[in-house]
Amino acid sequence: MIEFTDVVKTYTDVGNDALRGVSMQIEDGEFVFLVGPSGSGKSTIIKLITGELQPTSGTVHVNGYSLERIRKREIPYLRRTIGVVFQDFRLIENKTVYENVAFAMRAIGAADNEIHDRVPYILELVGLENKIHRHPNELSGGEQQRLAIARALVNNPSTIIADEPTGNLDPARSLEIMELLQEINKLGTTLLVVTHQMELVEQFGNRVISIDEGLVVSDGMEGYREYEV
Amino acid sequence: MKFNNLGYLMKEGFRGIFLHGFMSFAAVCVTVACLLIVGSFSILMYNVNIMVEDLNKTNEVLVFIDETLPDAEAKSVGTKINQIPNVQNAVFVSREEALKAFVADYQDNEAFSGVQAEDLRHRYVVTLMDNELIKDTVAQLTGIAGVAKISAAFELAEGFTTIQNVLQIASIAIIIVLLMVSLLIISNTVKLAMYDRRDEIAVMKMVGATNGFIRLPFVVEGFTLGMIGAAIAFGLEWLMYDALVLKIGAEDTLKLFSFVPFTELLLPMIVTFVAAGLFVGVVGSWTSIRKFLDV
Repeated sequence: MIEFTDVVKTYTDVGNDALRGVSMQIEDGEFVFLVGPSGSGKSTIIKLITGELQPTSGTVHVNGYSLERIRKREIPYLRRTIGVVFQDFRLIENKTVYENVAFAMRAIGAADNEIHDRVPYILELVGLENKIHRHPNELSGGEQQRLAIARALVNNPSTIIADEPTGNLDPARSLEIMELLQEINKLGTTLLVVTHQMELVEQFGNRVISIDEGLVVSDGMEGYREYEV
Repeated sequence: MKFNNLGYLMKEGFRGIFLHGFMSFAAVCVTVACLLIVGSFSILMYNVNIMVEDLNKTNEVLVFIDETLPDAEAKSVGTKINQIPNVQNAVFVSREEALKAFVADYQDNEAFSGVQAEDLRHRYVVTLMDNELIKDTVAQLTGIAGVAKISAAFELAEGFTTIQNVLQIASIAIIIVLLMVSLLIISNTVKLAMYDRRDEIAVMKMVGATNGFIRLPFVVEGFTLGMIGAAIAFGLEWLMYDALVLKIGAEDTLKLFSFVPFTELLLPMIVTFVAAGLFVGVVGSWTSIRKFLDV
C-alpha cells in the first residue's frame, strides 16, 4: 500500500515547493494512473515512493516502510518491494535479454537455481522467450520496454511504478504495453502508471489521480479531463 | 551478503577488467608509472642512506695513551676500551707505527724532519657502532685510567647524523606525497571507469542492491588492477635497477658509489609494491564509487 498524508516537498536549493500538501492512498492490487502537466510534481512523487527523496513534511508509507524516517541501509529493502519501469527503458546494453533480467535477481542475492527457474518464466510472461540471447540494441522499442517490465517484475515486487512507459512507443506498441501492465495487475501486483497520454488513460477504466502545481486536483474515475495535461 | 553471491561478484569484478579494457589498461599504466617513481625513489634513498652510514663509520676516534705508561700496560688499556658498549673496534697503534705513518704523510715537510718515536704516544684507533653516541662514548673513554687525550671529530659525526636524519624525513615525506598523488590519479581513473558504468550502478540501486553488493566487483577490479600494476612495476624496477648498477659499475669515475644488489632488497620491495598496489587499487575504487552510490 502507498499512502501520502499532507506531504510537502521543498527543493531547498531552488526554493521550489514541488508538492504542497499531497494526500492519497493506493490500496494493494489497485491499478492507478497518475497524470499531470510537466512540473506538476509527478516525478517527485515517484522519487518519494522509491526513497530517492524524503518529504519535507507529512508522512509517506510504502509497503510497510515509513519514508520520512527510513534509514539509508533500509532503502535497498524498500526498493525490492517496488519494480520501476522508465520511459527510456534503462537496460544494460552489454548484457543479453536473459542477463538483464537475471542481473536484477543477482542484485538482491538470489541463488543460481532460483534465477534459472524464474527468468525464463518471466520472459515468457512478457513474450520475449525467443529472444533471450539478444542484446537490447537488437530489440524494437516495444520489446525493450517489455524487457524493462520483465526486469521490474522478476523479483516479485508488490508494486510496479511505470514512469511514462509508453512515451517512446507508437500507439499500437503503447496499447500492447498497457495491456501487459493490466495483465500483471490482474496477477495481484499494484500498478501506478505515470503518463500524459490521455487517449491511453481513456481506454482503460481505471482510477486516475491528477496532479497540478504540487496538489492533487482530482482523484477518481472521472474529472481528470478538466485539466490540460 | 549471501555467500552464493561471492563467486558471482568476484567473477563480475574480473569480467569488468576485460569488458572495460581501455580503462583497465589506463589504470594499470598509471599504477605502474606511480609505483616505479615511488619505488625508484625509495631504493635510491635506501642506497644513499647506506652510503652515508658507511661514510660515517670511517669517522674514527683517536685515544692517546699516557706516555709514562709502560708498553705492556698501554696495550692492556685496549681491553677496557673494548668493554665500552658503543665501541665496535679498537686497534692499537704503537708510537713507532704512528711515526711511520707520520713520516709518510709529512716526508716533504722539513719542519717535522726531527720527529722521533718518543715524541709520539701509543694510541688506539677506535671505531664506534653508533656515531650519534660519540659524546657519551668519549666521556667514558676519558674515564679510563691511562688515557691521556682523545681526538674526536664531533662536528663531522653530527654532520653525518644530520644528513641521515634529513634524508630519512625527506624520503618519507616525498614517498607519502608520491603515494597520495598516485592514489589521486588512480582514484580518478577508477572514477572514469565508474562513470562509464553509471547506468549499471543506477539499475542495481533501482532493483534494491545493497551498497556492499555494488561495491564488491569494483573493489575486486581495483584490487586485481593494483596487483597487475604492482607486478609489472616490480619487474621493471628490477630490470632498470640491475641495468643502472651494471652501468655504474662499468664507469671508473662512479665506482665510489656502491649499490646494494636488488636480490638483497627482494622481500622489502615485494612487500612494498604489493602493499602499495593493494592500497591504491582497493582504496582508489572504494572511495571513488561513493558518489555513485548516493542515489
